[in-house]
Amino acid sequence: MSRTLIAEAGEQLLDRREQLTLDQLAALAEVPDTSIPSLTALAHEVRLAWCGPEVEVEGILSAKTGGCPEDCHFCSQSSRFETPVLATPFLDADEVLRAAEETARLGASEFCIVLAVRGPDERTMRRILELVPLVRDRVGINVAVSAGILTDDQARRFAEGGVHRYNHNLETARSYFPQIVTTHSFEERFETCRLVREHGMELCCGVLLGMGETPAQRIELIGQLREVEPAEVPVNFLNPRPGTPLGDRPLVEPLEALRWIALFRLGLPSVILRYAGGREVTLRELQALGLTSGINALIVGNYLTTLGRSPEADLQMLEDLRMPIGALSKVL
Amino acid sequence: MGSETDLPGGVSPPAEGAFCCWCGRSAGSCDGAACRRALDPPRFCPVCGRRLRVLVTPSGMTASCGEHGPLAE
Repeated sequence: MSRTLIAEAGEQLLDRREQLTLDQLAALAEVPDTSIPSLTALAHEVRLAWCGPEVEVEGILSAKTGGCPEDCHFCSQSSRFETPVLATPFLDADEVLRAAEETARLGASEFCIVLAVRGPDERTMRRILELVPLVRDRVGINVAVSAGILTDDQARRFAEGGVHRYNHNLETARSYFPQIVTTHSFEERFETCRLVREHGMELCCGVLLGMGETPAQRIELIGQLREVEPAEVPVNFLNPRPGTPLGDRPLVEPLEALRWIALFRLGLPSVILRYAGGREVTLRELQALGLTSGINALIVGNYLTTLGRSPEADLQMLEDLRMPIGALSKVL
Repeated sequence: MGSETDLPGGVSPPAEGAFCCWCGRSAGSCDGAACRRALDPPRFCPVCGRRLRVLVTPSGMTASCGEHGPLAE
């Protein structure tokens, strides 16, 4: 049964280049563990056929840490929870430039400036709009921004100001979102995603798996991602943060993580599917397998408030897998 | 759980002090190795227990206390 399901999915995605339905994905989500290698092999083949062999490398920087008024239950930067993260103000331009230069030296083509805010106020808008051309022109790297919920005018100004890609995660399915965030709605996030695309920026729209959502809700999330049409989907796995409401949740099991990487690739065949936070603690020694299960991008080095494995280890992994580093755009 | 000597980014673990740099409790009232989560930077000053200003960048990190200055790298 599983073999037939996987073979039919392969024929549809590779021979006819048609998307799978959500019902097909739900059926594939139930294949037994023994079929996961077949599922991931198909996802890898789909990634190569739809996106090519290149892997996009990105560095990220928390340019304004902590003190966020929102209550995202997974986040150590919320001011609503007692966490060890000390709020720090917007970094100065030199600190941001140094981090961008570090990122470029690692072979990355994208540098994302991230701020822990509900949305940018006017002062923050101006600072970001000063930084974006400065980083792009001095360092020669694409600049992405993540600064929360945007108005129509703010999205327009970012697009005109040279923001290449804007990150705004859906995180989880609409039906589960109220369990994770109560200070803003799924619809507000959805609307910002829409504005990003409407104004011509590439949309980076990520997910966070392992917060207690069901497999059906993960499939629902794939459907909602299809609606916002992201260029890139970062796949995060919950790394439970002390002091947050999700601080005691268990990690996603490694084999389950690979299953869902493959399913996100099969459900979103053309996107840049990026390894993001939590992969080290979730997959441990199996990290290379994600890159043969549909992943075609990664965040290199450290994250916003936690450390990653060494950039050298990741670059060696790509070399060992004979996966060239390149800048990717969505393949339509 | 990582060992006390494998902090990424070339950062040495903080010297033993009066407070646990991972959870902020008084030294001896916690198991420093057990309360550290993998891939977390130090968050509390080992001298005074205050939360540290931590700057994490793609290939490194710094941590400093408002009272006692930067942790040694």
